[in-house]
Amino acid sequence: MSILGTRVVRTEDPLFLTQGAVYTDDLTDERLTGALHATLVRSTVAHGRVLSVDTSAALEAPGVVAVVTAADLADLTPIPTGFPFVDAKYTRPWLASDVVRFVGDIIAVVLTEERYQGEDAAEMVAVDIDPLPAVVGTVASASDEVVLFPEVGTNVIASFGEPAPDDFFDGCEVVVRQRIINQRVAPVPLETRAASAVWGADGRVTLWCSNQGAQMAKAQVAAWLGLDPALVHLITPAVGGGFGAKIGADPEFALVAQVSKLVQRPVRWAESRSENLVGMLHGRGQDHQIAIGGRRDGTIEAYSLIADQDAGAYPRFAVVLPTLTMLMTAGVYAFPKVHAQARVLATNTTSIGAYRGAGRPEATAAVERAVDLFAAEIGMDPAEVRRINLIPPFDTPHTTSMGATYDNGDYAAALEKALAAAGYDELRAEQARRREAGDVRQLGIGLSVYVEITGAGGESGAPTEDATVEVHPDGTATILTGTSPHGQGHATAWAMIASDQLGIPLDKITVLHGDTDLVPKGGGTMGSRSLQQGGAAVHQAAGELVELARKRAAEKLEANPEDLVVDLGLAGLAVRGTPGVGVTFAELAADEQLLVQTTFSAAAPTFPFGAHVVVVEVDVESGKAEVVRVVAVDDAGTILNPLLADGQRHGGLAQGVAQALLEEVLYDEDGNPTTSTLADYPFISATELPSFELVDMATPTPMNPLGAKGIGEAGTIGSTPATQNAVIDAVAHLGVRHVDMPTTPMRVWRAIQQAAGQGGN
Amino acid sequence: MIPSPFEYVKVRSVDEALSALAEHGEDAKFLAGGHSLLPIMKLRLSVPSTLVDISGITDLSYVRVEGDQVAIGALTRHHELERSDVARAEVSILPHVAGRVGDPQVRHRGTIGGTVAHSDPASDLPTALLALDGTVVVQGPGGRREIPVTEFWLGFFETALAPDELVIEVRVPRTGADGWGYEKFTRRENDWPIVAAAAVQGRVALANMAGAVVRATATEEALARGASIAEAAALADQGTSPGSDMHGDAEYRRHLARLLTRRALERAAA
Amino acid sequence: MQVSITVNGQQRTDEVEPRLLLAHYLRETCGLTATNIGCDTTSCGACTVVVDGLSVKSCTVLAASTDGGEVTTLEGLAGPDGELHPMQAAFRAEHGLQCGFCTPGMVMAAIGVLADNPDPSDREVREGLEGNLCRCTGYHNIVRAVQAAAKAGPAAGQVPQAQEVEA
Repeated sequence: MSILGTRVVRTEDPLFLTQGAVYTDDLTDERLTGALHATLVRSTVAHGRVLSVDTSAALEAPGVVAVVTAADLADLTPIPTGFPFVDAKYTRPWLASDVVRFVGDIIAVVLTEERYQGEDAAEMVAVDIDPLPAVVGTVASASDEVVLFPEVGTNVIASFGEPAPDDFFDGCEVVVRQRIINQRVAPVPLETRAASAVWGADGRVTLWCSNQGAQMAKAQVAAWLGLDPALVHLITPAVGGGFGAKIGADPEFALVAQVSKLVQRPVRWAESRSENLVGMLHGRGQDHQIAIGGRRDGTIEAYSLIADQDAGAYPRFAVVLPTLTMLMTAGVYAFPKVHAQARVLATNTTSIGAYRGAGRPEATAAVERAVDLFAAEIGMDPAEVRRINLIPPFDTPHTTSMGATYDNGDYAAALEKALAAAGYDELRAEQARRREAGDVRQLGIGLSVYVEITGAGGESGAPTEDATVEVHPDGTATILTGTSPHGQGHATAWAMIASDQLGIPLDKITVLHGDTDLVPKGGGTMGSRSLQQGGAAVHQAAGELVELARKRAAEKLEANPEDLVVDLGLAGLAVRGTPGVGVTFAELAADEQLLVQTTFSAAAPTFPFGAHVVVVEVDVESGKAEVVRVVAVDDAGTILNPLLADGQRHGGLAQGVAQALLEEVLYDEDGNPTTSTLADYPFISATELPSFELVDMATPTPMNPLGAKGIGEAGTIGSTPATQNAVIDAVAHLGVRHVDMPTTPMRVWRAIQQAAGQGGN
Repeated sequence: MIPSPFEYVKVRSVDEALSALAEHGEDAKFLAGGHSLLPIMKLRLSVPSTLVDISGITDLSYVRVEGDQVAIGALTRHHELERSDVARAEVSILPHVAGRVGDPQVRHRGTIGGTVAHSDPASDLPTALLALDGTVVVQGPGGRREIPVTEFWLGFFETALAPDELVIEVRVPRTGADGWGYEKFTRRENDWPIVAAAAVQGRVALANMAGAVVRATATEEALARGASIAEAAALADQGTSPGSDMHGDAEYRRHLARLLTRRALERAAA
Repeated sequence: MQVSITVNGQQRTDEVEPRLLLAHYLRETCGLTATNIGCDTTSCGACTVVVDGLSVKSCTVLAASTDGGEVTTLEGLAGPDGELHPMQAAFRAEHGLQCGFCTPGMVMAAIGVLADNPDPSDREVREGLEGNLCRCTGYHNIVRAVQAAAKAGPAAGQVPQAQEVEA
């Protein structure tokens, strides 16, 4: 029986559980002996002119070797956005010397012999800034009253799509419009960012840093520093979570390399959490204007989404987030007319990038809220409105009006499974009972049905990935992968794939990744691509290795290649009909290196889907919502290891509930962050979550030989609107139609007050 | 993040503590569990020149009955108070509230004396002590004195403690195992309360409704007049001055104060 | 100043700055890097270790205050032959970890949960771990792991040193 599809515990865990994984700040590499510690001096003003940076006192502080300011990096070109359609004048200075554009903008680097000395000395760098008015939020940005880059002349970084035609909603019996905030959140991987660098006598830099794909990070660092890529050796140690925010390199990583070159000493940097919460990319940050129209029989005829994406101060991945949102605008629905339009706007805040789902959760949140608003307006059960409007089941590709080609799907089946598992009718009956009784704790039932796009990326944007499989004479095997695990369990999963074809046991297979000398090509781990591309590449490489071995074994055994079959018990090839008689892969490797390097190309991206039901209880006197059940149907095609897939679902579900219920990055009107420690940023904890109820569904995709779709982000995409819808549903009978995320107690309470004041029943 | 440099002195008795403080001057601070002080030192919001570590004064850790009062040593950790059989039998609101402070790791280190001396307006135990009408026992170079809790917390991080004094004990009446209510309103289980209300025998104290923990005097007076719980609780925010932050503006806090007071009183009466 | 601390059963004496946090003492002075630091505000629990039998956040304790004490970190849990502590074994069996960064603190806090309550409910485990943040697992499998460890008996709620002292 195949190991694929079975629950296999992780081979990574014994080390993680006894010694701890070795993250960048844990490195004891001898090349880092005597490394200096870098402490970054960051702007505490959101927008202003830098009048002076006085390093004299800091230079006198104990242990200080150097204080690097902008003038020391004058040889470097400012950092470009990397997006060809964005005005080239949007560049980020390595160190600010003219204008600061957000609280967290880097001004100087203090290098000290010891870590503790760095913070003392950094406090002594005197920075004088003349404040300018700060641009906070998309409305202020779009007004262009204050412009972040006067040389560009506008805060509008990019625009996509056209306005809807005037007659877009003509003929609809009902049209509902709503402004919806998809708030800015902080990714908060538990490991903050860290980097270490050392230059060799050969002019080559070795850079260790925490990221989601070494090859992309290396290319960026080399380009930014104007280096031949061959002179950059980038190594990704263990990574303590990424969630999209560690895609590629951050300027800080290249900065660490550059200051190391300046002082000709190895340098280490590890940011604090307070630094991380202003310095690392944030996620989401879209303001939506939705309009949805249709008939009172439940048929939706037209849907429009206009999105304003907050990009923060320097354009990063936020520039393309709305394009993903637009692509997935209509989600699982067969709306006859769909419209989407977006702008990307600069503000004096931390830059926004990818965060678990990256553009797709925003699309799902908007449409799932819109469908609920429509259902409330016509007085129909939201499950029924969904049934009426879902795309019917399809097993050949379906192209939407937004240009997405879904591989296959059965959204109605997912919805019905979720409703059945939740006991939807019983929940509605209980809700009616509590409403009738006027209970303080009201029940809310929230639905969402989602589809998302996974496996769209890869190195250079193509859905390809490399893998190398080598069997050694001692019977062990090594896999090299361009994917970049940071919790997903690739070491186990990729070994399972190879073991399934070669018969080599898991504990004899080593999976290597994240070292650009060992693995020069790779697309990293992002966009839920790893299994369907990286795993498929390992599958392909192992298959090709079998064929190579077959040729050699045929010669060695003087047999016809067609008569040789893989004998998993032997971990080799045997003559058909005589199991156990043949030659092992290890023996063949002893004769000649047995190695295959291959590139897998996926046919197209895949579109996992599912349906979530979230049940909340809302204390209508205080407005506080508590999640009591989360029921999730997630169809990601064929499952390789349910242990790992379920883990991805759990984490995704929690992050969705977190956004709906708790988390938000906030700034005051002057652009000062007010959530820049974990004492202030309400990161979801165990007590705010129930145990999850997972329901399995598997519709294999034809796009890769494993039949796998991505599962990394689906949980978040489905659970966010399901939770928000549940909170609103709990107080719908009091006249509440919408509450923005996070659905804080104060917001819910105030919505109830306002509905009562407006004569809501 | 790490604290600024400081000198460190470990002491073994109250007398040693007081003389160490006298020796090291105004910028010296006592360190007990450190869970109020070290976090603000790491953020460099507090920069003491010397820390006098009193955590080794073992004879300040106790919970015992003394006449009609329960005496709690200042270095009694929240974890110990939470599990004290004496406290559970004699003044059970305190072990309950001690168990609601922070998280288990914080309760393993934090001390009642530390939380009393710190005077955070959102602090759980001071709210309960205020509703209990307790007394804070302090010792300085001039000897011991007892300060009623109603006169102890003066404002944000401000108390009636003189700079050269140390909190050594807290005393509360033996109110027994029942007849109290504590309502702590948070977004997450281990957050500081947005508002909390403690009710004991007709007294009500509120957290986070002013610069320090405060009594809901209008509610107490109404109850004394024989008003219903609902009528009295509706007055709970009178005389308070709540601030606004991301978790709640002043209007919402006033609403919570009235709601939580009603619930705490109902629980106390149940 | 000088401190003498027993770390994972081995007494050692080190010269330290008074302000040295126990977390940095363990990571940098002792070279025990399993204990991680995930925040500045005593919020995340990644640095949780057991000091004198109780779980504490080592980012909010001075090495100086720990003078004369006993500290157990993740590295001190497994047996001399590498046999996993029941809590370690349960985390692996139940997939209670993904990226692994919160794991050392989570395991130490989880041992503390069982020390207080040998048979906790789902809710009691969650309350016991309220001071430990995890971004990967949604806590689901961590709760399962702690409950599975509880079934292994009292050793799941003890660190090795504590067992010796009690024996």
